[in-house]
Order: sequence, then C-alpha cells, then structure tokens
Amino acid sequence: MTDAPLLKVNAVSKFYGQRIGCKEVSFDLWPGEVLAIVGESGSGKTTLLNCISTRLLPTTGSVEYTMRDGSVRDLYHMSEAERRFLMRTDWGFVHQNPADGLRMTVSAGANVGERLMAVGNRHYGNIRATASDWLTRVEISKDRIDDAPRAFSGGMRQRLQIARNLVTGPRLVFMDEPTGGLDVSVQARLLDLVRGLVNDLGLSAIIVTHDLAVARLLSHRMMVMKDGHVIEHGLTDRVLDDPREPYTQLLVSSILQV
Amino acid sequence: MSPEVPSDQGLAAYNFAYLDEQTKRMIRRAILKAIAIPGYQVPFASREMPMPYGWGTGGVQVTASIIGPDDVLKVIDQGADDTTNAVSIRAFFQKVANVAVTTHTKEATIIQTRHRIPEQALSEGQVLVYQVPIPEPLRFLEPRETETRKMHALEEYGLMHVKLYEDIAHNGRISKTYAYPVKVAGRYVMDPSPTPKFDNPKMHMSDALQLFGAGREKRIYAIPPYTEVVSLDFEDHPFEIQRFDKPCALCGAENVYLDEVILDDKGGRMFVCSDTDHCEDRREHGHAGEMLARQEAAE
Ligand SMILES: Nc1ncnc2c1ncn2[C@@H]1O[C@H](COP(=O)(O)OP(=O)(O)O)[C@@H](O)[C@H]1O
Ligand SMILES: [Mg+2]
Ligand SMILES: [Zn+2]
Repeated sequence: MTDAPLLKVNAVSKFYGQRIGCKEVSFDLWPGEVLAIVGESGSGKTTLLNCISTRLLPTTGSVEYTMRDGSVRDLYHMSEAERRFLMRTDWGFVHQNPADGLRMTVSAGANVGERLMAVGNRHYGNIRATASDWLTRVEISKDRIDDAPRAFSGGMRQRLQIARNLVTGPRLVFMDEPTGGLDVSVQARLLDLVRGLVNDLGLSAIIVTHDLAVARLLSHRMMVMKDGHVIEHGLTDRVLDDPREPYTQLLVSSILQV
Repeated sequence: MSPEVPSDQGLAAYNFAYLDEQTKRMIRRAILKAIAIPGYQVPFASREMPMPYGWGTGGVQVTASIIGPDDVLKVIDQGADDTTNAVSIRAFFQKVANVAVTTHTKEATIIQTRHRIPEQALSEGQVLVYQVPIPEPLRFLEPRETETRKMHALEEYGLMHVKLYEDIAHNGRISKTYAYPVKVAGRYVMDPSPTPKFDNPKMHMSDALQLFGAGREKRIYAIPPYTEVVSLDFEDHPFEIQRFDKPCALCGAENVYLDEVILDDKGGRMFVCSDTDHCEDRREHGHAGEMLARQEAAE
C-alpha cells in the first residue's frame, strides 16, 4: 500500500492573468502523511490547495491520485462526475469559514448525513445513528442533532464541518486555515481534536496555515511558500528547528520564539 | 355545456390558438425534446400571454401549441371546472381556437390542470397539461441555477433526501403533502408541483401523455405514457398518500382526494370530492354520500 504515493503533484502553476498564484509546485504525498503548507498571506497557499483539490484548474501541471482500487488517475483528466464523486466520498475539504462548508439552514444531523444520502444511503434510522455518532466524535452533544448550525458557536461549527467531511471515511482531507477565525482557546481544542482524528483514522491531509504552531502540532512535513513559490520543503521538525532559507529563518524567529 | 363562442371580438385578430405558428413550432420542439428525455426541464422562450403569470401561462402556451380544431378541452383548478382560473382559461381557448370544451374527464382530449389529476383514470390519446409555478425541485436548498443544472446533469440528488430527512427530524414523518418530488424513468428528479402527493401514483405508468409548462420560469418537461414515476422516500419512512377517514359526503366515493367544506359558523363541515366532475358523475349514477342521503331524507 505505502509503496505508492497517494498524490503526485507535478509542476502545478496557476496564473491570474499576469499575476502568479503559485508556480511550478511539485511534491508527493504518502498515505497517512500530513503536509502543512505555510507562508504569509498572499503567498499562494490557498491557490495551491484549490488546484490540488481540483476546485480550481491550474494553468499548467498535473496531479495524479491513487484511487482506492490502486489505479492511478490524472485528476485534471477525470470527468466532472467522477471528480465530484471523489470529492464527496474519498476526500474532505474543510473551509476556514464554516459557512462555506456547511448548509447553514438545515440541521446538524442533515449536514452530517448529506454525504451518506448522496452516495445512496436510504435508511433514515441508519443515517441518523451515524450522524449522532459523528457528532459525539467531534464533541457535539447528541441533543443538538436537530439544531441548525446557525445556533452553534464558531468552534462547534468548525467541528460540525469536520464531521460532515469525515462521515464517508475519506482517505484525504484538505484544510484551509481550519483554525483561522477562532479564539485562541477554541483553536487549541480544535487542533487536539483534529490531531486525534487524523491519528485514529490514519488520514492523509494537506493543511494550509499561516500559523507555524498549527504546522508543528499537526504535520509530518511542511512546505514554505513565498510569492507563489515553494522555497523550502522538509520534515516539520527539521524545517522549524533548523530552517535553511533566510526567509524561513525569519518566519520561524518572528513567530515561534515569542 | 357552454356553446361555442364565435371569435368576433378583439382576440379574433390573432392566429389560431393565439400564438403564431413559429412560436408554436418552437414550443413543440421543446415538448418533443421533453418527451424524449422524461423529467428533464427543457428551456423555452416563454411568450407574454394575455393573462398574468401565476394564471398558468406556461400551461396555456403548451396547450396552445398542441391543440387542434378537433380537440375537446377540459380545464381544472384544484379539482374544479368552475373556478375563476379554469373558467377564464377555458373561455380563452373557446375564443382563440374555437374548440369544443367539456367538464367530463372521459370526453376530453386535452386536460389543463393546476393542482389535481382527475380521479377517472386517463386513457391513451389523452394529454394532461400541468400549469407549473416552480419547476426546479432542488431550488429550496440550492438557489444557484448553474449548480442545480449540474446536479441534474450528474444525477446528484442527495439534496432531495436531505430535505426529506429534515422533514422527518422535525415532524417525525415526511410531512410534505404537495409538490412531492419524484424520479422519472429512473433518471431525472422532477417536481410535480403543485399537485397533492395523493396524485403522485397516478403519474406512474399513466396511459396519458403528461406535459408540464412553467411560464415565468420558462421550462417545459414531460412524462411520456407508460413511464415509471417513483416518489422519493426512505426505506424506513416509505412514501404514503393522504388517507381520509370518511368517504365523500356527497357521492360516497372512497380513495379519492377530498376537500373540506365549511357548512356553518358553528364548526359544521363536510369532506367532498375535490374532483367535481367525478363527484357529479357518481351522483348521476345513483351514488349518494352521507350528506346527500340526509338531505333526501329531510325532503
Ligand atoms: N481569484 C483571484 N484573482 C486574482 N488574483 C488572485 C485570486 N486569488 C488569489 N489571487 C492572488 O494570488 C496570490 C496568492 O493568493 P492566495 O492563494 O489566496 O494566497 P494565500 O492563501 O497564501 O493568502 C495573491 O497575490 C492573490 O492576490
Ligand atoms: Mg488563503
Ligand atoms: Zn364525491
């Protein structure tokens, strides 16, 4: 299983007209691995994440993905139907703003159950039981199952978004600043939860963050981006403890050593 | 029955059935496409009609495009032939197409309807034309037209069950009683709006051709004869139609859709067939419900 990368990103570039979104990014992601993409605002993290997750079509480059059956597919050459199916079964995408990833007007139970219904589950009792189970796993009380996320705090919404994504047992989860809009104390709890879930489920993940502490806590490897380019890439501990690039050194010293 | 009205007034200047031949051809092409892809919403260039939206301009355009001089037209609103909406649409076609009209389901070749499917089973050769206000079943949770089109194209219908899930979560059962979504020919999910779900089973494998016209939304869709139409549901919450405790108070009919009629201001009420033609026909054939029997006894 682990002798093939889950994801193979080959020279992905995205231009917005003349402006660089990200340029010539290549890397492999291995099963069970968590990769953090760090960098300042505007460095191209979100652009890269959206390209890899096919939410955005890159200008050039390719991404190969190893499917559950072991076959390797070029993501940009899949049909839209296949890609959308992949996105709601084998993948998850956690947005910074939970409202972008949730249906705010339907209940928490329906939010979690939606993917199950999308793949053909037609037993209300089973869907509800699974949703209830997932709410517990993300530390939301079962008795909130019929409440709409509008009535939830920011931290609860984010946990609900995570449950909604994980209910189909995806192998790969993309997260864009998952703790971005939250208070510091709420962030810590969410990070613990994410770390626990990633470990328990053996998930692969790509996490975009401007917060090096998030990268330190969650990731095995990290990539540092600047002006659309990956300027440093390595094991998280190595990059944070022994940054090679002057820019990374600056980032690490200014943020971590408070 | 009303006699044929000669077209001697203002509208006489118009083409047969009001629409010009080119417009009719355009609408017929949309209808043919709709029949070829059961349940699929075909866009068409909806025309202004001499009546406001909400009065069934979509249905009227469909009827105008398929009607011929030999057709016999029936128009119902709720189940009745005598409501303002039904009367004015019937009068419109008498005037602009000079066609025969009827209230009898069996005699009609074209039946235009707003809410109901007649109780009398339709037969081959008959066409049922529905006036549709909102054709898009996914609209309530996904307002973006680009996205709903994609969902139809890719057969992504999970959202429909999200809506039904919500219904059960909040009401203990699927409480939706009209515009109840169906899957047509195993492919497209369709909104039979605004008919009561009681009528959903009548759409399934019907001998008649069913055409749906939405004027404001500019969509036409169809169910060809003998097409599978399945109401969406859950295994543990199966689709059910409304049940009525009592038969029709006037004609004694069971297993028909009943309307409540208030009799007095002391809470007196009765339930009678919403399909007025069906009710009258049964009474003419000697059937009597509780209320009728009581009246006769009193006389
Ligand atoms: N839709 C867009 N149109 C034009 N430029 C964009 C768009 N999205 C991002 N950019 C630009 O691309 C660069 C990278 O942005 P982004 O990927 O959002 O960075 P990050 O997520 O690291 O903050 C920035 O210069 C940004 O202004
Ligand atoms: Mg960003
Ligand atoms: Zn009756």
